Amino acid sequence: MIVIDTANHISALAAKMARARVIAAYPITPQTTVVEKLAEYVESGELDAEFIRVESEHSAMTACIAAEAMGVRTFTATASHGLLLMHEMLHWAGLARLPIVMVNVNRAIGPGWNIWSDANDSMAQRDTGWLHFYCSSNQEVYDSIIMAYKIAESQEVMLPAMICYDGFILSHTSMPVEVPEQSKIDEFLPEFKPAWKIDVENPITHGNIVEPHYYARIRYDMQVAMERAKKIIEEVGEEWGKKFGRDYGLVQEYKCEDADYVILTMASMAAEAKVAVDELRNKGEKVGLVNLRTHRPMPFERLKYDKIIVIERAVSFGLGGIVYNELKGRVPELYGFIAGIGGMDVSYRDIERMYELAKEGKDGWYPIEVK
Amino acid sequence: MVSDRGEIMAIKDLPEEEYVLKGHAACPGCPATIALRITLKALGKKTILVIPACCSAVIQSLYPKTSFGVPTLNIAFEASAAAASGVASALKILGEKDITPVVWAGDGGSYDIGIQALSGALERGTDFIYICYNNQMYSNTGIQRSGATPYGAWTTTTWTGKKERQKELAEIVMAHHIPYVATATIAYPEDLYNKMKKAKEMKGPRYIEILTPCPPGWRFDMSKTVEIARLAVETGSWVLYEAINGKVEFTGQSKRILEGKERKPIEDWLKMQGRFRHLKQEDIEKIKRELDEKWEYYRKVMK
Ligand SMILES: Cc1ncc(C[n+]2csc(CCOP(=O)(O)OP(=O)(O)O)c2C)c(N)n1
Ligand code: SF4
Repeated sequence: MIVIDTANHISALAAKMARARVIAAYPITPQTTVVEKLAEYVESGELDAEFIRVESEHSAMTACIAAEAMGVRTFTATASHGLLLMHEMLHWAGLARLPIVMVNVNRAIGPGWNIWSDANDSMAQRDTGWLHFYCSSNQEVYDSIIMAYKIAESQEVMLPAMICYDGFILSHTSMPVEVPEQSKIDEFLPEFKPAWKIDVENPITHGNIVEPHYYARIRYDMQVAMERAKKIIEEVGEEWGKKFGRDYGLVQEYKCEDADYVILTMASMAAEAKVAVDELRNKGEKVGLVNLRTHRPMPFERLKYDKIIVIERAVSFGLGGIVYNELKGRVPELYGFIAGIGGMDVSYRDIERMYELAKEGKDGWYPIEVK
Repeated sequence: MVSDRGEIMAIKDLPEEEYVLKGHAACPGCPATIALRITLKALGKKTILVIPACCSAVIQSLYPKTSFGVPTLNIAFEASAAAASGVASALKILGEKDITPVVWAGDGGSYDIGIQALSGALERGTDFIYICYNNQMYSNTGIQRSGATPYGAWTTTTWTGKKERQKELAEIVMAHHIPYVATATIAYPEDLYNKMKKAKEMKGPRYIEILTPCPPGWRFDMSKTVEIARLAVETGSWVLYEAINGKVEFTGQSKRILEGKERKPIEDWLKMQGRFRHLKQEDIEKIKRELDEKWEYYRKVMK
């Protein structure tokens, strides 16, 4: 079935079809319509779930953690300040190895108040032990949410997953999305089987005091699980492709085979970059595109190119571009652009321009430092 | 003797089952441990404990061991009521009707950093019991003041005595119109047990606050925990009551005081605690005056 709707409504639909059973969420622009839609699904009886109308995002994440610890599939959604308020509990979810799935609609952080797209909210959570996925279309949002449950809940992974997409550019823009039948989704995503849970018949204590040698071991296991997740992400993406005709993996490559330069970007900028690549190819430029769908785990092994031009919507103050710096030293020729901050428009023409600048050996903040 | 409703008359009637096991890591004379032991005897096996950062997170002892005999989910300091919401919703969707989610939090986690989550969970009608064991300061981090620390008390963040009065969280909780609110203390285990039992039989948000005098925090000998708790009630400093659907009834010694029994002098209680050692006569007068005013107020509203 083809559904034409916004990424926010598509998120709610995906959470419903993934059969999330406890949902706890708090409204924040531009995520609000996800929460509204889910409340409607639950109240109308279309979705058999408990909806907890929490008083904050901190409590939303906490309630998801506790429900997930009870062995129940959960869902939440947030953005920007809401995500930052959750920060402590994001770590908690990661360290407790609870496969919660959450949507984060990327939005700038105040002051001053700015509701437009910016990835610094989720980028600042990259060390919390969550899998981080970025989407470039509403279709990808739908597919990624369902796949995220399967990846996160895999006993080889057992880590929470964050699905990120740009505020307004996707959240409030309607696009056609191919939605499989519920029975097909149920086949793909079986019921949640938790690796551990709180249970009166088996009274465990979770999270009491842990001495350094155990603590270090538990953290080490998380890093190993992140590495294992790479394989699972590829496998689940392939399975999705076989079932539903759209292949996924850690990255999406476009015209990279013979490319001299590869533009690497994320989320909706990747959709724009595809147009830029076509335009540049028409002009005879040998350029390709890597859409970095997965930021954690970081798929270095899929980024083996000689010349990469990174374009990203986030910055680590005092360091520079985040993805750019993560790739530094691993790519022979690397260029980094910070663009689209606070919702600044980045069109395919801007991307073409950044490509030209890189060829001249220039990079930096676009269009503030270089244009 | 045990009544039809499971209420007991004396300590010897407490069930034998133990859910706070040997080998826990509490200080000798720890009131929180006494309170939890009695609480779990009343609530029984089908209880899920949610515990924020506080002494009780330490008392459980070290991973991979535990000294708690019911499932226990530790959670961040300010988050326990929200976690209980998650547990309660999960139980509902799983169709589990006779398991009770129970928060066991200190006064810091309840009066201060956790009050938002607590208020939210109460207002949402969450089906859980919230228990605040009130030792009137942050003992876990080394005796700092909390919103429950009384006027004049020394703590490591009020070296010359706290300058403000404590707030009354149970009264704030009552403003949420929940089915059950009660106060208790460890000096009266039957009263504590019976209130827990009563709470367990109800649905919706239930709040119980237990005064737990802490030897290292209040500066008294570990053999005096129960005595100090009893004196807190007899001097009228701590008040025992319960409110079923908003109807308040004083209980035990507090009821007797309300009915006219004389309160023991507050100095007797203050003198036993090193945290009040530095108080000047004028501080004591102020404490007495405020206590008189408090009881006058109770007499007026309880008529
Ligand atoms: C967000 C956060 N801030 C501070 C702390 C440090 N901390 C842990 S327990 C505690 C005090 C606990 O006091 P209370 O709730 O009264 O329980 P008690 O220790 O007295 O049993 C503090 C300040 C923390 N764990 N988390
Ligand atoms: S500091 Fe007080 S409350 Fe904490 S374990 Fe020791 S006696 Fe118990």
